[in-house]
Amino acid sequence: MSLDLMKEKGIELDEQKFDWRDIVRAPTSKLDDDAFTRVRIILMNGIESEALRFQHACARMNKELQLALARVRRIEQHQQTLVNWLLPADLSPLETTIGFEQVAIEVTASVAQHEPDPYLAQVYRFGLLEDFDHMYRYSALMDRVMGADANNILQTYTDILPGRPTIVEHRAPQDDLREPYDRSKAAPITKLNAVTLMGGEHQTHDYYMTIGPMFADPIARQLYAEIASIEEQHVTQYESIIDPEETWLEKWLLHEVTEIYNYYSCLTYETNARIKTIWERFIDYELGHLHFVLEVFRKFDKRDPAEFLPASLPEPIEYKSHRAFIRKVLNEEVDLRARGTQFIRKDEEEDDSPSVIYRSQMNSHGSPSETVAAGYKWKPGTELAEETSDIKKLQKKVA
Amino acid sequence: METREGNENIKVDPGEGLLNRTGIMLHPDLAAQLIQGAKETVPSSEGDTAEMEAERAEYVQESLPIGSCPSLVSETHRDSDEEVAAADDRMEVLLDKLGERLAFERQGTRLYEAFIQKVEAMPVQDTNAPPVENLRHICDEELNHFKLLQQVIVELGGDATVQTPSADVAGVLAHGALQIMSDPRTTVTQALQAALTAELTDNDGWKMLQELAEQLGEGDLADQCAGAYEEEQEHLENVRTWLSNMVLSEAVGQEALVEADAAGEEEESERQTAGKRSARAARTKSSGSSKKRKK
Repeated sequence: MSLDLMKEKGIELDEQKFDWRDIVRAPTSKLDDDAFTRVRIILMNGIESEALRFQHACARMNKELQLALARVRRIEQHQQTLVNWLLPADLSPLETTIGFEQVAIEVTASVAQHEPDPYLAQVYRFGLLEDFDHMYRYSALMDRVMGADANNILQTYTDILPGRPTIVEHRAPQDDLREPYDRSKAAPITKLNAVTLMGGEHQTHDYYMTIGPMFADPIARQLYAEIASIEEQHVTQYESIIDPEETWLEKWLLHEVTEIYNYYSCLTYETNARIKTIWERFIDYELGHLHFVLEVFRKFDKRDPAEFLPASLPEPIEYKSHRAFIRKVLNEEVDLRARGTQFIRKDEEEDDSPSVIYRSQMNSHGSPSETVAAGYKWKPGTELAEETSDIKKLQKKVA
Repeated sequence: METREGNENIKVDPGEGLLNRTGIMLHPDLAAQLIQGAKETVPSSEGDTAEMEAERAEYVQESLPIGSCPSLVSETHRDSDEEVAAADDRMEVLLDKLGERLAFERQGTRLYEAFIQKVEAMPVQDTNAPPVENLRHICDEELNHFKLLQQVIVELGGDATVQTPSADVAGVLAHGALQIMSDPRTTVTQALQAALTAELTDNDGWKMLQELAEQLGEGDLADQCAGAYEEEQEHLENVRTWLSNMVLSEAVGQEALVEADAAGEEEESERQTAGKRSARAARTKSSGSSKKRKK
C-alpha cells in the first residue's frame, strides 16, 4: 500500500469533527495489547505534540498565518488527546517511561537502518545507544524500588542491557549540535526521519520533566533529573540536523507529511482492529491538513511544493524488534563520544575538553544512573527471582 | 547576606514551612469572603452528581477488561474434554490470584527494604520503633513467600513472570504504600501506617488463596498457604503493636505508655482470672441443678 499525497485529498478540515465522548474512549490494555500498539500510541502522541509545538512557534513569527495555524492546530489538539488517552490508567508513570524508551529504541533503530545519509544514520545510532542505556537504568529503578519487572512492558521485544553509560552522555552544548541536511539535496525520507525523532525526543523530555517530581524516592527523582537532561540534549541534537534555511511554510508542509507518514506506518503494522480505525481516520485528517496547507503555501510562496515534498510515502517505519541490529551497534559504537558535530572514540576525548569538564561538574556528587543500576543485571521476574526450571529450559534453547 | 533592592519589606519567618496551611480557619477574613462568594454563586448548570454517575456507567458498560488471566504454558495432566474447559477456568482464577500474591510479596520485599533503610537512617532512634532485625525477619519471609509462589506457579504449569489482572490491580493499590515508604520526609510512624495497609491486604490475600486452594483440591498448596498465612499474621500483629506504641507514645509520652502497658497487662490478667472463676461457677451451678433434678 502506498499513498499518492497529491491525489489523496483525505477529509476536508471543516469536516474533521470531534466530541468529548469520541475523544475519550476505552483505553488499551497494559496486559493484553501488543507492546508495539503502545509504542505507536506514545510516538503518535509525540508527533501530534510536535505538530502543536511547531504550529505555535510558527504563529509567533507569522501573523498572516495565525488563523490558518489555529484552525489546523485545533484538530491536532483533539487528535493528540484521543491518541494519548488510549493509554490506560494502570500504566504507572515508571511503566510509561519504559514504554517511552522502547519507542526511542525501536523507532530510532528502524529509522537508522533506512536513513540514506550515512552521517545522519550515525547520528541516529549515537542517540539510540543512549536511550538504550536509559531503558536499562529505568528498569533497574523499577526492579529495585517498585519490585516490578520491566519486561512486563517490553514483552521480550527489547533488551535490557547497559548502553553508552548515561554518566558519560552529559556533554557541553557545542558537542550536541550536528550538521544539518541540505534541504535542496536531502531525500524526502531524511526530512521525515528528522522531524519524527525530534518530536519523539521532545515529548520524552517534556514527560520526564512533568513526572519527575511525582516520585517520592529521592533516587528516582535524581534519575529522572539526570535522564531528562540527556533528553534535552537529544532534542538539541535532532533539531540541529534539520536545515534551518527551510521556510516556515516549507517546514509546516514537511510536518504534515511527517504526520501522514507516521499514521501510515502505524496503520501498516497495527494488530488491534479498534486502534487501526483511528490510524485510518487520522491519515485522512492529515491528508486534509496537507491540502489545506498547500493552498496556504501557494498564496505566499511561488515554488512548486513538489520540489521538496515526496510524491508518495517512503517505506513505513518498521514496528518490530530490532534486537540483532541494536546488539551490533552496541558492540561497535558504544564507546563513541562527540566533539563538535563529529563523533570520536572515547580515547580521543581530552580531559580538558568542554564536555569532560561539564560532565565532571554534573557528576561531582555522584551519578544517579550509576547508583541505581550498580551491579544490576535484568532477570526474568526481577533480581529477587530464583531461576525456575522453565527459565533454565529457555536458556538451553539459546545456548 | 545582602538583599536585593525592593526585598526589604519581605519578612522571612524562621518558622516558615512549619505551619499547616490547608484549613479554612487559617485566614478567617479571607475564609469569610470565600464562603460568602460561593454561597452567592449560581451554578452554571442545574442538577447534582447524577449525570456524572450516568456518564461513568456508560464507560463501565462499554469497557474492556483490564487484561486476561494467564493460561497454562506447559502440559499438565488433562482430564476428559468435558472437564478441560472447567479445569481451565479454575486454573485461570488460581493463576490470577497466585500472580497477585507473587507480585505483592515481591513488592513487599522492596517495601521492607525501604523501611529498613529508613529506620537505620533516622537521625534519632525511637525506642518504640520496630527493631531492624525484626524488619529484616519480615523482609526475609516476604522474599521466601515470593520464591515459594514462583515455584508453585511453575509446578502448576504457569509462567511466574506474568503480570496477571489481579497482580496489576494490586500493584496500583500498593503504589501509595511504596510512595510513603520511600519518601525521605515520612516518619517511622507514617511508614508503619503504610506497612499496616500492606500487611492487612497480605493477610487476607493468603487466607483467600488458602481457601481457593482447598476448594480446588490443591491440598499441598493449601498447606503452603496456611504456613505463609501464619507468618503473615505474625507480621500484622507486630506492625500493629509497633504502630500503636509509636502513636500512643507520641500522644501521651513514654512513661504514660509504659504505665498504660502495665495497666493493660493487669487488666488482661484480671479478665483471665475472672473468666476462670466464672467458668468454675457455671460448672458448680450446673452440677447443683442436676442434683436438684435428681430429687
